[in-house]
Amino acid sequence: MEKSEDIQVREERQREFWRWEETNWVNPDISWKDAKFLTSGIDVGSVSSQAVVMADGVIYCYSNMRTGSDSPTSAEDALNFALAKTDLSAGRINYCIGTGYGRVNVPMADRSVTEIACHARGANFIYGPHVRTVLDVGGQDIKAIRCDEKGKVTNFLMNDKCAAGTGRGMEVFADLLQVPIGDVGDRSFRIDKEPVPVSSTCVVYAKSEATGLLRKGWQTNEVLAAYCSAMADRVYSLLVRVGIEPEFAVTGGMAKNKGVVDRLMKKINLEPAKTKWDTQIAGAVGAALFGFALCQKGKGR
Amino acid sequence: MLANYGYSDGSGSYFITIDSARCNGCGDCVVACPAEVLQVVDEDPNDPFRDEPLVIVSRDKQKKVKYECGPCKPPSNRLPLPCVASCNNAAIAHSW
Repeated sequence: MEKSEDIQVREERQREFWRWEETNWVNPDISWKDAKFLTSGIDVGSVSSQAVVMADGVIYCYSNMRTGSDSPTSAEDALNFALAKTDLSAGRINYCIGTGYGRVNVPMADRSVTEIACHARGANFIYGPHVRTVLDVGGQDIKAIRCDEKGKVTNFLMNDKCAAGTGRGMEVFADLLQVPIGDVGDRSFRIDKEPVPVSSTCVVYAKSEATGLLRKGWQTNEVLAAYCSAMADRVYSLLVRVGIEPEFAVTGGMAKNKGVVDRLMKKINLEPAKTKWDTQIAGAVGAALFGFALCQKGKGR
Repeated sequence: MLANYGYSDGSGSYFITIDSARCNGCGDCVVACPAEVLQVVDEDPNDPFRDEPLVIVSRDKQKKVKYECGPCKPPSNRLPLPCVASCNNAAIAHSW
């Protein structure tokens, strides 16, 4: 009986093509016990939540998971998941900052900071101080940010009115075309000729357009290419408004989709900055760094 | 910092830009705006280390600026925008 339920769950997973892997990681090289200040940043987004714990400004552990139906629980889950493989208790953390869409509902946060400030600061940390332009494509919004060598924002715009061309739109598409979300980028390049972009990135319109294209006999990969390409166009138009200056870094889940990123880079003629870190943790990293800076100023617990 | 509040959708781009380096938080534009689009806040929400007052586009207006600012932007005989005209430091600009 138990086994059949297990198979059921697995089949259910296989049918959810949008589902990406939730991860947590602990830095094997440092111990939290040596740290003077332990700070955490919790980024509760509309689609994903991340928690990062830093020991004196160095990443000690982090988690990346899906946001649940309410922000306080998602924030707690993310922090617990980050601490799961460690012997650190949440009460030992000196300062906690909440950020992202659900930032005002993070129960353990000492204060909240907007995701704009956190993403610039986080990108400065995970990509290095040469980053001047940060693009964050989140679950339901797009942020284009210019920053200085300290990760301080100099110019930004956030488009959160409409989820066109965002992560959730890509998830819906992955589901519609039955392509696992992680394979979308690669498969969108397995085509003979680059197709015309779909005429709208609006998820509702693009979905019906895609269905029409499939009926006309387009291959799944071609439809993926057409959507990725439309998304790159939309992101590009927002970036142009704040201006693009190298180095250019992409944060958020879309950084993992080369179908969009590579097409975008072709338009702006730049190489994207590279990092060993998970691009989705940028906001939470920025929050933890702000917490560290506040602790150094003597504002910690 | 140039803060661009607004959005772009299928019909066009609608952004109000506020230059935090120029804004002194005097609030003249808040009084001038007939649609209560602007508000003065005590600290910059996007810069945790800046503590001086600053004007922002109210959160509940950010996704409606096309409509809220519409009455000040008639297609003909357009007068200078009250918010832009009231600012002595030229800290406010509209993209459309």
